[in-house]
Amino acid sequence: MFSYIIKRLIWTIPTLFGVTLMVFSMVHLSPGDPAVAILGDKANAQSVKELRAQMGLDKPLYTQYYIYMSNIAKGDFGRSATSYEPVLEEFMDRFPATLELASLAMIFATIIGVLAGIISAIKRYSIFDYTSMFVALAGVSMPVFWLGLVLIYFFSVKLGILPVSGRLGYEFDIEHITGFYLIDSLLVKDYEAFWDTLKHLVLPAVALGTIPMAIIARMTRSSMIEVMKEEYIKTARAKGCSRFQVVVIHALRNALMPVVTIIGLMFGSLFAGSILTETTFSWPGIGKWLVNAVYQRDFPVIQSATLIIATVFIAINLIVDLLYAVINPKIRLS
Amino acid sequence: MREFIRQYKKNKSAVFGVCIVIILLIMAIFAPFIASHLPADQNLPNRLIPPMWEEGGVSAHLLGTDDFGRDLFSRIIHGARISLMVGAVSVGLSLTFGLVMGLTAAFYGGKVDLFIMRIVDIMLAIPAILLAIVIVSILGPSLINAMIAIGIVGIPIYARVVRASVLTEREKEYVIASRINGSSNMRLIFKVILPNAASPIIVQSTMGFASAVLESAGLSFLGLGAQPPTPEWGSMLSDSLQFIMTAPWMIFYPGLAIFFTVLGFNLMGDGLMDVLDPKLKDK
Repeated sequence: MFSYIIKRLIWTIPTLFGVTLMVFSMVHLSPGDPAVAILGDKANAQSVKELRAQMGLDKPLYTQYYIYMSNIAKGDFGRSATSYEPVLEEFMDRFPATLELASLAMIFATIIGVLAGIISAIKRYSIFDYTSMFVALAGVSMPVFWLGLVLIYFFSVKLGILPVSGRLGYEFDIEHITGFYLIDSLLVKDYEAFWDTLKHLVLPAVALGTIPMAIIARMTRSSMIEVMKEEYIKTARAKGCSRFQVVVIHALRNALMPVVTIIGLMFGSLFAGSILTETTFSWPGIGKWLVNAVYQRDFPVIQSATLIIATVFIAINLIVDLLYAVINPKIRLS
Repeated sequence: MREFIRQYKKNKSAVFGVCIVIILLIMAIFAPFIASHLPADQNLPNRLIPPMWEEGGVSAHLLGTDDFGRDLFSRIIHGARISLMVGAVSVGLSLTFGLVMGLTAAFYGGKVDLFIMRIVDIMLAIPAILLAIVIVSILGPSLINAMIAIGIVGIPIYARVVRASVLTEREKEYVIASRINGSSNMRLIFKVILPNAASPIIVQSTMGFASAVLESAGLSFLGLGAQPPTPEWGSMLSDSLQFIMTAPWMIFYPGLAIFFTVLGFNLMGDGLMDVLDPKLKDK
């Protein structure tokens, strides 16, 4: 197993290298001179030349890449071209919002998805099975941003029970300790703010979690059906285990293996999915930040946001693969 | 072929998928005859009219009008043309490059294979919508650039599918026999191996069509794809955001159009997978 882990870790290096190379070349691939883009078309040649030198654009490409990489290694991701704030700081301000949303979406997706999958598998071809599998299929084909709009319409506009957008009502002002409003409001014992945060989270989390929920439900169902056919389930039944014991203790533990993998992998893609959800709900996270940067052609932010989201995605995939190796005896013992 | 249709017809949801796709095709081909208005025709006095069956609705505007008084029904019908075009162009792009990369990797093996699959891994390491946004931000927002971006994003998936299915075929006896008979590499690849390795590629293309429509709607919703006044479903939804309180019909129908299109192609792909490649289904 040790050699598997080492091999898997080493394979990450060229991938990360490729991602940095791609992000680095973005500025050079986009049409027009970045210095002119910042200074505007009417800038005189002298100031363009000075800015080019200041940005290091007059150096050969490989030197520029070297400088770019060594800055990143020092944690210097440059400054936003619009706000002039350090990109890393701006990122850290917004990251907890996205992480909080993605975590809640994943909790929703896992609980509902696994439950629906199990019930569908043990009550195969029942009305529940057909309904939940139809919902699962519909969930995969659903545009997330549209689902968000429909949820806003029913729960905020029609019923008026949940807020339309944002993270917290204007009347609340809680101290930013961790950046996760649910935790912060509990830390300062402001239960009203906690309740308000939770209400703001419900709709975006459901919208973001629907696709993973659908995938988890289908995966759990097929995995459970597969496992229920195994000999050891027959043995468990034959030795007189109750139905509950057979399903939960014998079948579920084995059936959940592929499900756990898919949950991990999907957590990574939730960060990407949050780009659309955050725009729909005006959620102040990294997705919305990235989209705004694209509107303003703020390349330092686009580059860093892409690099960081991709790195998080790669890291989560790596962790899932390694955990899988630890859980799965086939790999662990090889 | 008859056997194929008989098998396919057994799967009811797959037949439903095909029906949706046929309706879409009819909508796209006969758009000017079905639509009651031109998609970009503005009529400000008639702005924000609700659908026909709601209070204040008029029979001239079946699904109501938007904030510029444009007929929503006509825009959705014309939107089918754009969605099908986006799907076809981007799947075509991904498939062409994916085929070349996958075939080269599988056929030549060794270092060539390793190099190509590394590129594929790197591209897959970045979430699809993020990569598409990055490409659009380089090229600039427009429908054509969105199609290019979605096409590029799809390449690695096709490359993998093509490579895997060619690799399984390559070692089969009929290929070896053909090689011994003196077939050239080109003949081996295109005449002998590819027709037999086509099933997973066809399935992937159908499903890829669905995700291309979804991604293009997403990009347009963000304002990075089709630009107004193009009747693209995603950008229609993005216009509707500010009218959620006053004109909810602007939200429902373009979204339903996207949903049914994606569902149709997904169901069709599922059905094709059942018939063409039952092994894939079990995985």
